[in-house]
Amino acid sequence: MAVDESTVRYIAGLSRLAISNHEAVHYAASLSRILKLVEQMHAVDTRQVEPLAHPQDSPLTLRDDQVTETDHRDTFMALAPATEDGLYLVPKVIE
Amino acid sequence: MNNFSLHSLSTALHHKTVSAVELAQIFLARIEQFSRLNAFITVDSKFTLAQAQAADQLLQQTDSGPLTGIPLAHKDIFCSKGLLTSCGSKILSNFIAPYNATVVERLNNAGMVTLGKTNMDEFAMGSSNESSWYGPVHNPWNENCVPGGSSGGSAAAVAARLAPIATGTDTGGSIRQPAAFCGLTGIKPSYGRVSRYGMIAFASSLDQGGVLAQSARDAAMLLQTMSGHDPKDSTSVDRPVPDFMAQLEHSLAGKRIGLPKEFFGEGIDSDVAKTIEQAVAVLKSLGAIPVEISLTNSPLSIPCYYVIAPAEASSNLSRFDGVRYGHRAAQYHDLIEMYERSRSEGFGEEVKRRIMIGSYVLSSGYYDAYYIKAQKLRRLIADDFQQAFKACDVIVGPTTPSTAFQLNAKAGDPVAMYLNDIFTCSANLAGLPGISLPAGFDQKGMPIGLQLIGRYFDESSLLNMAHRYQQQTNWHQYFPKGYQF
Repeated sequence: MAVDESTVRYIAGLSRLAISNHEAVHYAASLSRILKLVEQMHAVDTRQVEPLAHPQDSPLTLRDDQVTETDHRDTFMALAPATEDGLYLVPKVIE
Repeated sequence: MNNFSLHSLSTALHHKTVSAVELAQIFLARIEQFSRLNAFITVDSKFTLAQAQAADQLLQQTDSGPLTGIPLAHKDIFCSKGLLTSCGSKILSNFIAPYNATVVERLNNAGMVTLGKTNMDEFAMGSSNESSWYGPVHNPWNENCVPGGSSGGSAAAVAARLAPIATGTDTGGSIRQPAAFCGLTGIKPSYGRVSRYGMIAFASSLDQGGVLAQSARDAAMLLQTMSGHDPKDSTSVDRPVPDFMAQLEHSLAGKRIGLPKEFFGEGIDSDVAKTIEQAVAVLKSLGAIPVEISLTNSPLSIPCYYVIAPAEASSNLSRFDGVRYGHRAAQYHDLIEMYERSRSEGFGEEVKRRIMIGSYVLSSGYYDAYYIKAQKLRRLIADDFQQAFKACDVIVGPTTPSTAFQLNAKAGDPVAMYLNDIFTCSANLAGLPGISLPAGFDQKGMPIGLQLIGRYFDESSLLNMAHRYQQQTNWHQYFPKGYQF
């Protein structure tokens, strides 16, 4: 299926990507080509097939519910663009 | 001497013919001398020499191991504490990893010395190393050609002997394809063999860490230490790691090698086809028995892969939001705009494209037609392998349909680029181990890779077969001109 520019803008929004009009045209063309490639899948009848999400078709191993980590807050927060009093700063969300 | 095995380096270190510091200095000097390859993103000689000094101290004691003091390079996808870990992306171009990936930790604990972090396609999305924010890597065999990707920096570094060995990761062929393009032995183990903790995620159900080496024997040595259960990665499998080294010399007599007819059809370069036929003849002379098999659905592995991998990527890469680490845009008015601008400035074109494909195939109305459909095909592809392994022990074929291409030749055409992985990505979809080893050269003098695919968790058979092949041939000992020591 070919995607048009408005579809590109819609999925860019879902992806939290800012896309210029020029880029939307560009991506519409390449995404359409990729979807055309991907649609070769539809030639195969898979009605009786169970989906395979993961190569390990078994439940994940669980660990004991115990505290194993120590507090690394300062180390991790040192990487953040903006922090204050142990909190990550972002633009105001609620007026 | 241009080929020195890990074993010979280890012997030299233990006999004090060379110190770990001297060895590190030799390779650091080469990295600088051949910086035009752009194989490294980060080199921190202070960091390296401190590790080498510690290794020299260990070597004075009796508890040093076979890898103590041996230098290596890590793909810049593995978090290494105190070093920039960029994943080839602008969005992580200021990210100094606060912890070590398990792979890095294990190799550090073995006394290995990190020479630096190698260049790669951004977030491992690419087959040419051209999507890196740090610029393309050049192939030492022909500097106008790509080294392959996404582990292109690791491949170029080992091919030019800027490092004796390197780590890589493989989501759809990202170890095996660059190994083929650069004349190296590259192994992607079974999904779950090597911990993914601290290995920046691209597609979580496909990603697997592995090795780019000069020989199967070297690869076995490193993989031995990298492998094994890690409680920090719930998908790492709690199964004993076999002694890979002990099985290298096993006879190939009676081993059935499956030749999938889909891997020998049209679309393969004639030099590649001829070379793979010759390699099969060598394996036959070693006692292996060729059998014809079919992987009926493998031609659809690319369409299947380019739904599943982007879907998982779009989810994994949602964590890069400019809030807790990484690039944040300078200007924005509200939270959404901050996310959007930070991500748009931080991600390159190919990464954005894959995020958008992923969002599309997971979006309401398309989920069943694309994502579930691809998962169903994934089962058919995995089932094909199970059927095939009833008739054979190891699957043999080319790693790639052609040899390394020129820089910029495919950069503008994502679909052409994706088709590079046509023979490699089915092993990732099924979780199986695969190895690429040098099998000859085309008429332009570029290396050709032979691929072996094994049963789940049977890396031993691949390393064994590759090693026996390398005892019989010397393709793995060829060396690119102009890079002599």
